[in-house]
Amino acid sequence: MPSDHAPGFLTGMGLAATDLWRQTSDFAGFVGECTLSAIGLVRRPGRFRWRDCFAEMQQCGAMAVPIVSLSSFLIGLTLAYTGAIILRQFGGDIWVADIVGLSTFREMGAVMTGVVIAGRTGAAFAAQIGNMKTGEEIDALETLGIAPVDFLVMPRLLALTLMTPLLAMYANCLGILGGMIVSASVLEIPPSAYWIETQSIIDLSDVSVSLVKSIVFGMLVAVAGCLRGLQAERSAAGVGRAATSAVVTSILLMIVADAIFAVLFNVLGI
Amino acid sequence: MNANLEPKTGTSEPGPAAPAVEVEGLECRYGDTVVLRGITFAVREGELFFIIGGSGCGKTTLLRHLIGLKRPALGAVRYHGENFTNTDVATRRNLLKTVGVLYQNSALWSSMTLRENVALPLEQYTALNRREREEIVALKLAQVGLAGFEDFFPAELSGGMRKRAGLARALALDPRIVFFDEPSAGLDPVISRKLDALILQIRETLGTTMVIVSHELASIYALADRVIMLDRDAQGIIAEGRPQELADTSGDPRVREFLTRGGEKA
Repeated sequence: MPSDHAPGFLTGMGLAATDLWRQTSDFAGFVGECTLSAIGLVRRPGRFRWRDCFAEMQQCGAMAVPIVSLSSFLIGLTLAYTGAIILRQFGGDIWVADIVGLSTFREMGAVMTGVVIAGRTGAAFAAQIGNMKTGEEIDALETLGIAPVDFLVMPRLLALTLMTPLLAMYANCLGILGGMIVSASVLEIPPSAYWIETQSIIDLSDVSVSLVKSIVFGMLVAVAGCLRGLQAERSAAGVGRAATSAVVTSILLMIVADAIFAVLFNVLGI
Repeated sequence: MNANLEPKTGTSEPGPAAPAVEVEGLECRYGDTVVLRGITFAVREGELFFIIGGSGCGKTTLLRHLIGLKRPALGAVRYHGENFTNTDVATRRNLLKTVGVLYQNSALWSSMTLRENVALPLEQYTALNRREREEIVALKLAQVGLAGFEDFFPAELSGGMRKRAGLARALALDPRIVFFDEPSAGLDPVISRKLDALILQIRETLGTTMVIVSHELASIYALADRVIMLDRDAQGIIAEGRPQELADTSGDPRVREFLTRGGEKA
């Protein structure tokens, strides 16, 4: 007989832990499926749907440029203003370039790009695949002996894994440009001096950090978006929930991954 | 069958007497809930076989188990004598080549044109070059009356045209068995009758075995060689035979009521 009151604290904790375990298992299983599919496609690249992959690259890469431009430029601008509040008190205005450059390359460029693609592309992946599930299109693939992971997930995964680092590098440049404009207009630092200071503080390891993070973030968003789409219930509401869940899962996974990177890069001295 | 359409890797040839589809002791569950149990029947080669019953009796559930979208809790499904339920991936893939499915909503891949929809099974399972695939796509679309619609997307077609396009895709590999899930659903009576005529024409010209899930009495009487009727309370088959004979002579009032629309003359 169903209980007419909410579960107790311990029961709630138990249910939450069980749910977390189930979701972690599903995610790990899906990553395993993607890995096997990737191995299969490396062995037989002719079977890979390159045309779908290129179409996705255009959608998640080129089409995302305007929103990435705006967000990264404004983040660079905000960082410069925030840094200037403290640095002006000590006459160290030029170090705004260091703060903006380092924060952008080591953190904000990849993270902001990740957040933008989670909201834009991860949600779209979940909605597209969820809608296909509702319309029995995925059933049609399965009864044809085509694995949905090969057909739907791998082109999207590869497209986002390739395009996210490119977008992140572009975001880094726009962030520095934002900082440069604030420095020139408010702090009266000439752009040439700002640029020289930026070049002196940014080295190859910072670029590598940004690249590695953005590649991983791209993979996480693609996997989360596709997984949520494949898990969607067969209804309009289910597709909506899948899109929401894809964004939440992507951002959560990126935050966890970012924390792991912070520890890892610190240990490695990068 | 076109020689080029032969599977790249062959399946073992079954005995001549093997039914096209054989279901033995099938039990279908969703979690702990048993939907159907003890389902046993056989569909003969070239037969037009209907799975009928009221809403919620498990027709579509049974179909999903027959085509491998759901794994049965118990029992087995065999195509032409070969076990489809418990088999290795390669055999299962070979068996899937011999089967076509027309889904209730057509299930055409919405991001692809009709040409690409019909060509995909050929790309997956044959060594045909692009020009040969194009020829077969044109032939299959013409067969269902959609010649000239190759570059249309599914969203640009009416419900009846989508059903026919779905049938063209289901027939792309010249399957030995075609499964239909509620082919008349969402169609007006005229279009529905045309689709029935198309199904009959394909059976007559290609000799394809057809298993159709439906509760449309007009289609059942017009097409069915034989039916099985499912019932939700019985969780299984309550009648098997020719539809008119069942309507006239069945001792089960549930069967007579269904096949005569509660007493009306069909």
